[in-house]
Amino acid sequence: MKSVIAEHLVKTYRNGEVKALDDLSLDVEEGTVLGVLGPNGAGKTTTVRILATLLKPDSGIATVAGIDVNKHPDKVRELIGLSGQYAAVDETLTGWDNLVMFGRLYHLGKAASIKRAEELLERFSLTDSARRPIKTYSGGMRRRLDLAASLIVQPKVLFLDEPTTGLDPRGRQEMWEVIQELVKGGVTLLLTTQYLEEADQLADEIAVIDHGKVIARGTSDALKKQVGGERLEITVENTDITKTQEIVSRISTSAIHTDIRTISAPVTTGSIALMEALRALDDAKIHPLDIALKRPSLDDVFLSLTGHVAEETVAEPVKKKKRGGKK
Amino acid sequence: MKYIISDVMTITKRQLLQLARIPEVLVFSTIQPVMFVLLFRFVFGGSISTDQPGGYVQLLMPGIFVQTVAFTLAATAVGLAEDMKKGLIDRFRSLPISRGAVIIGRTFGDALLNILVLTVMAAAGYAVGWRPTSGGFSIFLAFLFLFMFGYALSWIGIYVGLAVKEARTVQSVGFLVTFPLTFLSNAFAPTTGMPRALQYFAEWNPVSTMVAACRQLFGLKNEFGATASSWPSQYPLETSLLYMVLLMAVFIPLSIRKYKNTSS
Repeated sequence: MKSVIAEHLVKTYRNGEVKALDDLSLDVEEGTVLGVLGPNGAGKTTTVRILATLLKPDSGIATVAGIDVNKHPDKVRELIGLSGQYAAVDETLTGWDNLVMFGRLYHLGKAASIKRAEELLERFSLTDSARRPIKTYSGGMRRRLDLAASLIVQPKVLFLDEPTTGLDPRGRQEMWEVIQELVKGGVTLLLTTQYLEEADQLADEIAVIDHGKVIARGTSDALKKQVGGERLEITVENTDITKTQEIVSRISTSAIHTDIRTISAPVTTGSIALMEALRALDDAKIHPLDIALKRPSLDDVFLSLTGHVAEETVAEPVKKKKRGGKK
Repeated sequence: MKYIISDVMTITKRQLLQLARIPEVLVFSTIQPVMFVLLFRFVFGGSISTDQPGGYVQLLMPGIFVQTVAFTLAATAVGLAEDMKKGLIDRFRSLPISRGAVIIGRTFGDALLNILVLTVMAAAGYAVGWRPTSGGFSIFLAFLFLFMFGYALSWIGIYVGLAVKEARTVQSVGFLVTFPLTFLSNAFAPTTGMPRALQYFAEWNPVSTMVAACRQLFGLKNEFGATASSWPSQYPLETSLLYMVLLMAVFIPLSIRKYKNTSS
């Protein structure tokens, strides 16, 4: 069963001058994680905001757990958890204050709100700082508290909009662990990210979006295959380059590329090709400095799909602003 | 819908908790009006002549009371704009809570703060010679008027906050509206000294009618501005009441609709 379905969503801003979503369709199978991957301005946040009932699309249909988000937003709100790019909690209040407040707003009784708040603080390792104002928290702690706030009532579907943007590597690692825990618990998750590695780590399936459209989707492996197969990469001493090129040409069917001392070529047989190469090198008494089977990274995926590198893209309107248009 | 009261209370409680967590806000929001009381009392008090028994401070206090509650507009607007900027309003809007609970809760929180501020100011006024001469009920009614005026303006604040979004801009807009309103009035000096056109504005200005209403309820003759003998200066209580009802009738539905359609 599909927990989230978005069909032909269109959303424009500034009277149609900026097209945030341009016929975007996606779905998430119940109990799985969909990673929505794209650069800034691709339409990730707009998609999440529509699915989380915060924004109405110009056209198109979206359902969460079978309920139309436009027609019955109140019902959808009872089933979802949302954690955004910014830690959307009250910074002057303590972690404990915040979670109890959100518990009350989910209409748990006072005692139940307190109990739930304490459970969540414990689970996200925030018990020690529970009585401190959020202002004093680190970035990672804030995000964890924000995530905890979206889990007050077990949500059927969880939306995480760039949960690790702006975190340092340690904070990111902690967030990933927390999210992986959640996923094990069987939650349906839609996660947006600009980090290719993050989608690779956390998502069952990835939808790559650019300029408000899904331009590719599939598992991380399938996407990588779509871009091209594996490459064999061997680095050797200068004196062995010619011989090594000969060996590689017997294994690879296509063009060999040599970059200083590294010879690389596409292969179709994966680890078998790697072993063949090792054996042949050994027979020829060549000791490689490095040898590896390289699979294309999601960076390569993005580059080949969009023609530009994901991280370097700056947010820009799909349609250029008309002259004299107000900002 | 059945949870609307508890939702509103939770949001209001949040604001009170904020005051408890950062007491500085509370201190400064009461120091400012007290400072105004002292400044006007001792800077202008000596040079503005009045035949009012008890002197200028009797006329001044209603003016300062009204000016202070008028600033609720900016306070509400800034608070809301900050919540929007931080994404807190988005979070609230993604929760299954009653429509309007978030903004109704905020107006209640700001209203509660006004009770405290008015109390502190009344004490400060008393200390510098303010003595209302009417009965207890009239004095209570005057404070009720002040409280309700602040509450009505709070709803304009909600609308401004939602419309402008940027906290710093909201602050400037708030001052840009409240300063002329409070000074182009009978609050601190007689309107009769103003150019003719401004006199008309000052007489119809809700701040003036409120000040006149409070002066009347505190047992004073409203000598600042009564000379033009316009309808609002003759019936300040009725006019003020009308203004408050009108403001709320317009801005409550407008703000709630705006809130539902706003995305920060």
